[in-house]
Amino acid sequence: MLAPDISLAIGNTPLVGLPGVAPDGYEIYLKLEGQNPTGSVKDRVAQYLVDDAERRGLLRAGSRILEPTSGNTGISLAAICAPRGYKLTCVMPENTSEERRTLLSAYGVDIVYSPATEGSNGAVRVAREMAEGDPDVHMPFQYGNPANPRAHYETTGPEIIRDLPDVAAVVAGLGTGGTLTGLGRRLKEHDPSTRVFAAEPEYGDLVYGLRNLDEGFVPPVLDSSVLDGRVKVDSMKALVATRELVSSAGVFAGLSTGAAVHVARRVCTPRRLPRGSKVVVVSPDGGWKYLSTGAYDPGDPETVARHLEDTLWA
Amino acid sequence: MAIDVRVPTVLRTHTDGEKKVSADGATLHEAIRDLGRRYPGLAERLLDADGSLHRYVNVYVNDEDVRFLGGAQTPLEDGDEVSILPAVAGG
Repeated sequence: MLAPDISLAIGNTPLVGLPGVAPDGYEIYLKLEGQNPTGSVKDRVAQYLVDDAERRGLLRAGSRILEPTSGNTGISLAAICAPRGYKLTCVMPENTSEERRTLLSAYGVDIVYSPATEGSNGAVRVAREMAEGDPDVHMPFQYGNPANPRAHYETTGPEIIRDLPDVAAVVAGLGTGGTLTGLGRRLKEHDPSTRVFAAEPEYGDLVYGLRNLDEGFVPPVLDSSVLDGRVKVDSMKALVATRELVSSAGVFAGLSTGAAVHVARRVCTPRRLPRGSKVVVVSPDGGWKYLSTGAYDPGDPETVARHLEDTLWA
Repeated sequence: MAIDVRVPTVLRTHTDGEKKVSADGATLHEAIRDLGRRYPGLAERLLDADGSLHRYVNVYVNDEDVRFLGGAQTPLEDGDEVSILPAVAGG
């Protein structure tokens, strides 16, 4: 595969079967988005966000992009911006993994930290405040930009349909809602009986903090009407599934992948999907950026999970 | 019938700081009303005047978002676990 620059090496990721992981009578396939150039599904989104801004004349040589992110989108934007000469500022909660911070620094990204107790919602708040007073920056705003779900509608979805035309259900993590919305729309157009399930990370009290229930941030790009179910997955369940993926399927994936596989196994029941169904799970990234969390160390899962629940692992 | 209800930090002012409380009810709506009788102000934080769930409140029964089950009318069984969580985005 020859690519004239890194943005042309995005997508066309492998879809691999997990025979040892799927419940009897079902097939589970993992879409390995960690195979994208910077190692996450966000390469697709970052490319669409920047291309869209260029088309609309919002960027010129030397422009600065400002984006709230829990990490992956920032890393992907950095890789897209570098060869095009755009500067990048990322607003990131202070409790994201060490590797994400290191990678962003390596790309020369300016990082602004938002309080851990406010989670990604805090990063959104801080980025909005910064962008408001500064006409020289462009904020793509992945949480509200239709280019985010469009990346999945136009690339991830068609790839899955091409490789597995009889896919019965898809499971993806709920972060911005872009993956679920774009994929869900595309797959339901292909076959309206396709089921779409969201795996939602559940954290510890530190992450939720004193956030008010009625101030909860629902990303504007999330179209809940494409969802058939939404299941929360705590750090312990995500960790157990992630470790099992490594040991029994040979797949070294991040914790969001474990969470989504947990949900896929849960919905593989005749009450929800006929026996013989093929389920696609989107694996947003590999395990590399989570090594420092201890998730892959031999340590006792309960101790590791307690540490993890205060880190934004999705 | 005993339903375990996990209470987020922000609502623990209503439950004397308790993280987990027990409720009784055949539906989510009944369980929330039951809690409201013992913990004044709690039900109003979750339910609209017409008895449906507030738009931004995420309530789960055995980890499943009740919006995809039966909303406030989701049936409950002995031993079910109800969780209430603020929304958190990622990306």
